[in-house]
Order: sequence, then C-alpha cells, then structure tokens
Amino acid sequence: MKIGRRSFLSFVIGGAAGTALSPLPWKLTDDSSIWTQMWPWTPVPKDGETSYVNSVCTLCSGGCGITVRKIDERAVKIEGMKGHPINNGGACLLGLSGLQLLYGPTRIKSPLKRTGKRGQGRWEKISWKEAVSEIVEKLGNLRSKGQSHTVGFVSGSDRGTIPRLFERFLTAYGSPNLMRMLSVRDSYELTLHMMQGVQALPGFDFENADFILSLGSGIIDGWGSPVRMFRANSAWQNANVKVIQIEPRLSNTAAKSSKWIPINPGTETALVMGLAHVIIKEYLYNTGFILNYTKGFEDWKRLVMDNYSPDSVETITGIDSGTIVVLARSFANASRPLAICGRGDGSSPVSLKECMAVHALNALVGNVNKKGGVWAVSDTDYISWPEIEMDARAAAGMQHERLDGAGSKKYLFSRYLMNRLPEAVNSGEQYPLQALFVSGANPLYTLPDTKSTEKAFDKIPFVVSFSSYMDETAQNADLILPNHVFLERYEDVPAPVGLIQPVIGLSKPVVEPQFNTRHVGDVIIRMAKGLGGSVANAFPWNSYYSCLKETLNDKWEILVEKGFWSDTKLMSPTLESSFDTVSGKFEFINPDTGSMPQFKPVGIEGDERLYPLVLIPYDTIRLANSYIGDPPFAIKTVEDTVLKGEHVFVEINPKTARSAGLHEGQRVLLSTPKGKAEVKIHLFEGIMPGIIALPRGLGHTAYDDYLAGKGINFNTLIGTVEDPDSGMDAAWGIRAKLSKV
Amino acid sequence: MKHYKAQKFGMVIDLDKCTGCGSCMVACMSENNVPFRKDESNKLLSITWMRVYRLTNGEPFPNTDICYLPRPCMQCAGQHEGHSPCVSVCPSIATDYSTETGIVSQIYTRCFGCRYCMASCPYHARYFNWWDPIWPDGMEKYLSPNVSPRMRGVVEKCSFCFHRYQLAKEKAFMEKRRELEENEYQTACTQACPAGAITFGDLNNPNHAVYNMVKPDHKHSGRPRNPHAFRLLERLGTNPKVYYLSSRNWVRQAGDNYLKDEAKVKKPVHHG
Repeated sequence: MKIGRRSFLSFVIGGAAGTALSPLPWKLTDDSSIWTQMWPWTPVPKDGETSYVNSVCTLCSGGCGITVRKIDERAVKIEGMKGHPINNGGACLLGLSGLQLLYGPTRIKSPLKRTGKRGQGRWEKISWKEAVSEIVEKLGNLRSKGQSHTVGFVSGSDRGTIPRLFERFLTAYGSPNLMRMLSVRDSYELTLHMMQGVQALPGFDFENADFILSLGSGIIDGWGSPVRMFRANSAWQNANVKVIQIEPRLSNTAAKSSKWIPINPGTETALVMGLAHVIIKEYLYNTGFILNYTKGFEDWKRLVMDNYSPDSVETITGIDSGTIVVLARSFANASRPLAICGRGDGSSPVSLKECMAVHALNALVGNVNKKGGVWAVSDTDYISWPEIEMDARAAAGMQHERLDGAGSKKYLFSRYLMNRLPEAVNSGEQYPLQALFVSGANPLYTLPDTKSTEKAFDKIPFVVSFSSYMDETAQNADLILPNHVFLERYEDVPAPVGLIQPVIGLSKPVVEPQFNTRHVGDVIIRMAKGLGGSVANAFPWNSYYSCLKETLNDKWEILVEKGFWSDTKLMSPTLESSFDTVSGKFEFINPDTGSMPQFKPVGIEGDERLYPLVLIPYDTIRLANSYIGDPPFAIKTVEDTVLKGEHVFVEINPKTARSAGLHEGQRVLLSTPKGKAEVKIHLFEGIMPGIIALPRGLGHTAYDDYLAGKGINFNTLIGTVEDPDSGMDAAWGIRAKLSKV
Repeated sequence: MKHYKAQKFGMVIDLDKCTGCGSCMVACMSENNVPFRKDESNKLLSITWMRVYRLTNGEPFPNTDICYLPRPCMQCAGQHEGHSPCVSVCPSIATDYSTETGIVSQIYTRCFGCRYCMASCPYHARYFNWWDPIWPDGMEKYLSPNVSPRMRGVVEKCSFCFHRYQLAKEKAFMEKRRELEENEYQTACTQACPAGAITFGDLNNPNHAVYNMVKPDHKHSGRPRNPHAFRLLERLGTNPKVYYLSSRNWVRQAGDNYLKDEAKVKKPVHHG
C-alpha cells in the first residue's frame, strides 16, 4: 500500500484523536506523578496504637496541663489538657512545638567534657560515673580548703522539689549562693513584704476583676501564665471589662485593649501617682479600707497632693491631664478595678517604688486580698523534709554573705539579685566564685549586658551545665550533665505565680529517655552521696523518684492519674489576718526603710547628644526569650516585618525615620553605649516618635541552625540600672542611635 | 431509609478575640506534618496552611490599630456548589470538592505540580513544595501517621483536618451511629486556640455554634446575616466557608477591595 500525504495525515490525526479518547494520557499523567513522587526518602510515618498521656508543660513557668498523643512509643502531638484549671484545653505555640525540643537536633546526647577552649565547641563524651566523680572531687577539694561558699548555683526557679534539692545541697555543703533568675515577681514579693509584712507570692484575681489598668504589662504577650491570661482576656471581652493599656508602643496587648494610652517610657509611676492624686482629691478612695486597715495614709497623701497634680503629671508622662482625670475616675468607680505592672512579658523586675505605687493604687480602692483584687498568696507548702544537720564546714560556709548581695545590709529584704552576679564576679571585691552550676536557666543569653556576663563566666574556673540543649551557657561550660527533657521526666510543678488557687501539677515521662541523659534530681542525690558525711545524710533518698513520691505523699495517686491537684475550697484571706506588719495594717510607708510609693525616674544609660533615640525591648508570645529558645515551628511564625533572613527589624515611627532620612527595609547600624548591631528599619505608626523597639528572644548564638544567627540578642545592647531600693535591675531601655551603613 | 442532609463544615473566627499568638499556626503544623526549613522568613515560600496576617488601619500615631487575621483554606464552594476556584482548574482532579462535607480535598499523589490552583486561589492558601521536606535527624519520630508527608513538587493546603473527620466517622460507625456530635470533629487550630477565637462546625446545622454566629443565608451563597460577620473577598463570589467576626469597621472593610467612596458604606448591603 502506498502511503500518501492524505493517508499519512489521517493516520496521525486519527491516532492522536484515538489516544486522546483513550484513558492512556490520563493514566500516564497519573503514573508520572506517582513515579516521580515515590521517593524512598519521603518518610512514611509508621502507624500503631494511639494513646494519650496527661502531663504538665514546663517550657515556661505557666504550668499548663498537656495531653500528649502517642502512636506506640512515639509522641506525635502535644495538645492542651481539657479541664485543667489553668489552660483548659488551650496551648501556646511554644508548648505545641515541644516535640521538636524532645526529638530535636539541639539536644545533648550524653555527658560532655570540654576538650578545647571554652566556647570552642570541642567536647569529649564521658560516662555518668566519670562526670559525677569529677564534680565530687572538685567540690570535695573546695570544701576541705574551707571554700565551700565559693560554689554557686543558678536555677530558673526556686519553687518545687528540684530547686529545693539544689538549696538543700548547697546548705548541707556550705554555700549561701543559690541564685535564681529575676522577674517582676520579685518586685511584687518585695512590695508585699514592705507594705503588708508578708513573705508571699503575688496573686491576681483577673477572672473576677471588672476594670484592668495595665502599666505596660503584656497581658497577651507572655505576662504571667500565658494561656491563663489569654483566657482571661477573652472572658473580659465577653463581659465588657475595660482594659486600659499604658505603654509607648502599640503592642498586641495594647491593640487588643479597650484603650491604649501611649506614655513616655519609664514614667509609668508618675501616672500612677497622678491617678492617686485625682482619686484622693475627689474622695473616690475606699474610706473604710483606708481608715481601718492602713497606716501612713496621711503622710503619703501629703506627698501625692503636693507633687502629682494632673498638670504636673502631664508634663512628665506626656498624657493629657484630662485623660488622667477621666482614667482615675473610671478606675475608682469600677467595682473591682485591678492595676498591674511589669513591662512586656514581666521577665524583668520594675523599680520597687513603681511596684509599690501600683500596689498603693490598688489599696486606695481597697482592692487587696479580696475578690477581683491583688492577693498575697502563700505558696502551697507540700515539701516537708527532715531538718539538715550541718557540720562545722557547712555552718562556716553559710556564714558568708551572698555574692549577689541579696540579704546584705544594703539590700536586706531582696532574696535573689542575679543581675548583680556578673559585676560581683568581675570586680572580685568579696570572694571569687570557684564553681558555678546552672540548671533551668541560660544566663549567658538572658542576662542583660552579655559582654559583662561573658567576662564573669570567663573568670569562673569551673562551670557545670545541666541543660538538655546546647544553649549559650552549656556551650561555655566545662562539663555538661544533660537533664531529661520535660517529656521524659517526673517533676512537680507548683502553681504559676499570679494564680490565686492552689494547684500542683505533675510533669511525667511521656516517652522513654531518648539519649544517655539523667534526671538532674538524681544527679544531685548522687553528688551528695559522693561527698559523703553530713552532705550525704541530708539526702536520705535513693532516687529522685522516691524523693518526689514521698514528698507528694497523699497527692501522688491523684497527680499521676489526673496530672494535677487543685484545692477547690478557695477562700480569700480575711483582711484582719492579711497584714503582718508591726501595726498589723497595710503600710503606705515602710517603717523600717521609710520607702514609699513615689516617682523617682530610673535613669537610662547613654548621653542624649550622642544617642538621640531611646531603645526599648518588646515581647511577643511568638518569641520565647527565657532559657528555652524558639523551636523551628515557633520561629516559623515570626513575621517578615520582624525577621528577614538574618536581620531583625527595629521599629521606628515614620516621622522619626523621615527626619533621619531612613526608609523601610533599609540596613542601618544600631548602636548603644553597650554594643552595636546591624538591623533593618521597619516603619511602624504604632510607636512613639523618638523611640525605637527591638524584639527580645532573637539573636541566639547557640542551639541549632533553625534558631542561631537570626537577629540580635537584645541583651547585648542593654546594660543594667540598679534600683537603689532593691538592688534589682530596673532598666527599661537604653539610649541609642541609628546610622546608615 | 432516613435521608441525611449534606454537611457544610465551616469556621468562624472572632477577630476581636484573636490575639495573634500563633498557636493555631503551630497546632496546624504539628498536626499535619508540615515541613520547615532553616530560613522561613520568605513568606512566599514558607508553608503555613494556617497563616496569621497582621492588618493595620494605616492611621498615624497614636490612632494606629492592629488586627490579626488567621487564614486557613477558605474551602470555597463557588457560585454553584463545587465550583471552587482551584477545583475548576485542576487538570488531574488532585483537588476536589466534597458535596458531603463541603471540604476541598488535596490528593498529593495525584498532583503533578502545575500550580494552576495556586494561581487561581485568591487567598494564597496553597503552597508548593519547592524542596523535599527534610526533618533533622530524629525528628521524623513525631510525624503523625494520619497525614502523609508531602514530597517535592506537589501543592498542599489546609484540609480542615479532614483526617479528624475520618477518625470521628470511624468511631461513630463502630458505635453504630450515622451522625457526629458537634465536638467530635474539631480542627487542630480550633482546639488549640487559647483565646477561644475559632469556632468550627456544620454551617447547615442550626444547632451548631457556627450557624448561630453568622446565620448564613444559603439562598444567597451563604452570605452572613450577622452585620459583624464578613468573608474575605466576598464579592469575588468564591463563597468561602470561613467567616470572620469583627466589631471594628476598618477591619471589615479590609476584608474586601472597596473603592474609595464605597468604603463609607457601614453595613454590607443586602439584596432581596
């Protein structure tokens, strides 16, 4: 047969049409997608039996209950525990990404001993036996030379069995130097001590308050127990509770509040005093409470009336005097108004005078130890261990003053002053620190003035970290004894600070330990046993597990079963029994120190002529800035106006930027008296002109590639400003300048 | 045999309550085995089935205001049920509309990565896997068997946690029930939201909270009858099943592209 043009075309067209009508093209498309997708390296998660374990998250001190979903032996998802008194099913993004910390690459897999220089990252794996005996030898030597007091311990918390074991160890060993990272809780504790004569935690009955005045507290930016605050914030919306946010920058909290009132940074106390002025002048205060339960009101009143008229407060704060009057009236006229302080997430203290002023404002409206008010909460004391029998060495060691100056003549009532440690070590005036143990804290990242902290660490000859992750402090340690992460270990979790009802949580193992790690509680017991004598005798337990079970006693069963224990019979303390001062009343003026609520500006570092701008930090719940860094999921949620590549954005008002000739996205050099960093400009209308802001929680140098090298650690740019009344760091910002690069 | 009505699963997000905390984003990532990379700051490439946008009113200091807006897949029904923008362009039926649940599916193994659907989605709810997902050593351990990890070259998006629907249905079947209770099927983001801003349920069921919050007018493509409720780009006619509530006028205005003089209209206009 001859193939002509015509038949050829018929064949081709017919063939094409036929193929198109057949299932072949569709089959091929489908197959090609299958063939090109069945890569052996795409993981196929193994199926298995589903189970759930109730536990408590300890990534922050919020104390949320969690329910972990497991498939056979693998934990696959963390969810908030339904019915838990703190979070009732809700969860924050850090808790939700907790499994990335459990299975993540940043974990320390076995005890490590430094081989290279400090911070060089050269390690040698050692056995637990070697690690513990090296510590025991070191500590034994120091103790026999009568230098037991030169051993320090830095802990993230001082509540619960683990910190109490550290304390017990140091006491039996002979060192007063147990230190804890500070927060606004410490300002409140000191305030309660000064004004009410009690040693208690602050509690806030947010759920029953009907007017909230927040002096820069990031109610939904991580302040307090975060999920509890989120829930309270939503409840306020439902109940039409007014929330007034006072701060120089439109934070998320400010945006969600009923009213945002911008204020010159650092002048919040003046506003509080101005509000007190209006309330006193217009007789809006709770006369019953003032007359019957307070002392020193007349003297304080004179101070308030003489110095803080709305007009003079307007000049200080920049808030219109009319606004101050209206705010004071609506605060005093609400039935259960509540004022709170602690900037941002509350991880930094405020000056004692500021906290006292806020507390005095609450007292003016009689809102102390009652429904919807501020409570002095005595910690649920479930830890009763036998008295420690100290030997002569321990007793001698405990005679020394603390290195951080807490409890000294100058700062008699402060319990911890971690912020003063770097300087105390650097100056070497008292005594050198020979060994430092760090657990549940990352001071090299979280302490302000990173350079001075690094210098201090260089001076300490022996640094031991109990971190589960290769954080900044672990990286600069001599020995790392990795703790189990929270999903692998037992630990009691006391109620978060700020909560009024007594709750105890139990964090328990959800999975088997993934690596050659050990519970820090067990390590402490081993260390004590190794030292022998009275130190060993102070630890009658074989393991941390038996210690915990014995301590929790009758609560153990319910804790294991439910994950938490709570006391439902909650009674507010009677006012008669509230005040443990000499007068038995609420003291506006502390009789011992004479300190009273007033505005004394906390000056910030830097010369205005050299540094025309003021840099303040801001916090967001999406950036963890405590000892845990953001896991990959959390860092993924950070907006591209906060972090782009390795650059963090500094927020600046467009007006300020225009006068400096800066534009959106421009790379600039940000310098402060403490340091320099390259950042990018983000124009933000929500920030006061003349102020610039950087987020906290970025700029890690340790951890993994998912977190390290992104942005700037705010602490490298800021120094400390010591509050003369408490010794705590009261810095709220630092002077800064931006220059083009 | 009793006739069971089709369901129309939808979501109502209260923007007055949303705090922008990002819990929904992370709950979604960990529920759905969403991959991550070392640098996620290029948001065009960053896979987030649920993404929280930050809106500002553009007013100068101190009248500035911020609102956060979480954006899952809108599960558009289109003008005629099933005429979703993405479904109508997919050449390989990798994405399809279920008239039984109202959920737009995504079948990864059918997808060959032409990305037509991404171009047609007005909400940027679809993401392309430009790279193979890589979990750092050990991290595959937390992967959930309920959702298959995706591979390079396919598109993925929010599924309203469809696997949770399947599991709930299976459980109901074992208990010899045909219908699900409202709380039996909830998405991961709804469950995690600490502010209680997200509500999820069947928009066809008058007993469900979502129905009562927006009062959808099903005769007019589910248009909300609640004056505080709105949908994103309502006027495109995509008929989304995600509704937003806001008491703030500027936020509701930001939900669509209005002309300058039109923006003065305070309430959505109702016809008929």
